[in-house]
Amino acid sequence: MNDVDKKLLNQIMEEDVTKEEVYNIRKNGACIARKENPYIRITNKENGRGIDVTVKENTLFGTVHIPVLLTESGLVDVVENDFHIGANSNVIIVSGCGVHNQHGKDSIHDGIHRFYLGENAKVKYVEKHYGEGRGTGKKILNPITEIYMEKGSSMNIETVQIDGVDLAKRLTKAQLQEDTTLTITEKIKTSGKQQADTDFVVELLGEHASCHVTSRSVATENSYQEFRSNIIGETVSYAHVECDAILKDQGSVKAIPEIYAKHVDANLIHEAAIGKIAGEQLMKLMSLGLSEKEAEEKIIEGFLK
Amino acid sequence: MLELIDICFERNHKKILDHIHLTLDEKKFYVITGPNGSGKSTLAKIIMGLEQPDSGQILFQGKDITHLSVSERAQLGISYAFQQPVTFKGITVFDLLKIAVGLEMTEEDALELLKKVGITSREYLHRELNRSLSGGERKRIEIASVLSRHPMVAIFDEPEAGIDLWSFQSLTEIFKELASTSSGMTIVISHQERIMKLADQMILLENGTIKKIGDRKEMLSEILEEMEDAYE
Repeated sequence: MNDVDKKLLNQIMEEDVTKEEVYNIRKNGACIARKENPYIRITNKENGRGIDVTVKENTLFGTVHIPVLLTESGLVDVVENDFHIGANSNVIIVSGCGVHNQHGKDSIHDGIHRFYLGENAKVKYVEKHYGEGRGTGKKILNPITEIYMEKGSSMNIETVQIDGVDLAKRLTKAQLQEDTTLTITEKIKTSGKQQADTDFVVELLGEHASCHVTSRSVATENSYQEFRSNIIGETVSYAHVECDAILKDQGSVKAIPEIYAKHVDANLIHEAAIGKIAGEQLMKLMSLGLSEKEAEEKIIEGFLK
Repeated sequence: MLELIDICFERNHKKILDHIHLTLDEKKFYVITGPNGSGKSTLAKIIMGLEQPDSGQILFQGKDITHLSVSERAQLGISYAFQQPVTFKGITVFDLLKIAVGLEMTEEDALELLKKVGITSREYLHRELNRSLSGGERKRIEIASVLSRHPMVAIFDEPEAGIDLWSFQSLTEIFKELASTSSGMTIVISHQERIMKLADQMILLENGTIKKIGDRKEMLSEILEEMEDAYE
């Protein structure tokens, strides 16, 4: 790993990954470092396009880091990672993609992450995206996340994308069986001419499945964001989708809600609010001595915290 | 000293403030009262800079502040508690107090501030300033954000609005304390007898003009009688 790699890695992962118990670092399409333990195995896929992470049943307090680095301009990296989480396990998975594009060609990272949660498994999945480099080549990410949840399992997903990515199309699909809970929090900030699309398709298949989606985003300058969610309640189930966006400059945001209740006891709620920073919020912070610009920064910082 | 000179403010062809002249002294506790629509809140907002008068001048310690922004006035030591405390997404009680104080601040310092407004639980510090807090709680935090700045001019716009009677009773204690300890000027807009009783001076507004100004001792009983008549 060179300095650019280390810097990118630090940007996407808060801690020093190489000190972690289990990790797999992928750079420009190939694995450059890996560590496993007796409970969590990482194996290459036969087609060479990704890894299988297998967590044994009853594994508690496991943590897996799987950062991806893209430093070659013009590279199209396609990765397919599958996570098999054994019953009653409790793990944290941190993934992230750092793109450093110093040249004129586009860098593209297409990732598919599939999660198979066994009965009563608990997963916290954190995904971070970061782009840098002064080249004119675009930094493009298209993450797809598929989630299959068995009875009693729960999953908590946090995705963060703060500037730096020119074009991101994110698709999350989930199928929830009985007594499962899926919580998704996404935070997105775009600037310049960036575009970010997110799409959620959640099927509540088992009784008492529930889903909570919170999306907070800020679109500044000429950037554009699109938020779609499609929640289908097949049975007694609950879903709450909340999409909040702040607009600045010429930023624009489109929110497309779709909720489909197929059962009389499916309780599905979608809330969406888009607008500029409320004048009274600015006034309150200015009345505490901040300038208008400082007040705006504090409000956005809090909103995306 | 704060001087309002010939302040006029008109909206939708209605005179909200009509040639207001007012001189307020440091270290005094003022209560501004009057019927709804008499211009009380607008007057308070004009002092803070939340509204700009159509004409007239505002002097603070001899300096013309008429065209200064809200931030600049705050930096000079003027502070304002909103009638409807503003809610935020993601900003916590602790965040707000840190902004208000403008310096590094420990949790202990923040708790000390909240204690003054009757909030003693540490748990509050990390709660978001949103509608999950009750009206009374938001009001207390709003007042704490103003007190924490040790302002030279502290303006409270109807502290009793939007809270239940129980919360109000304990809020009056905060103002009682403020009346006896504050080293700056306090201006409270209120209809409540308990608050009026704390005033050094009272100002009665009606239809955008000052109907009467004077010592509380002279004015209180008269104002209470008028309020009763209006009620009947």
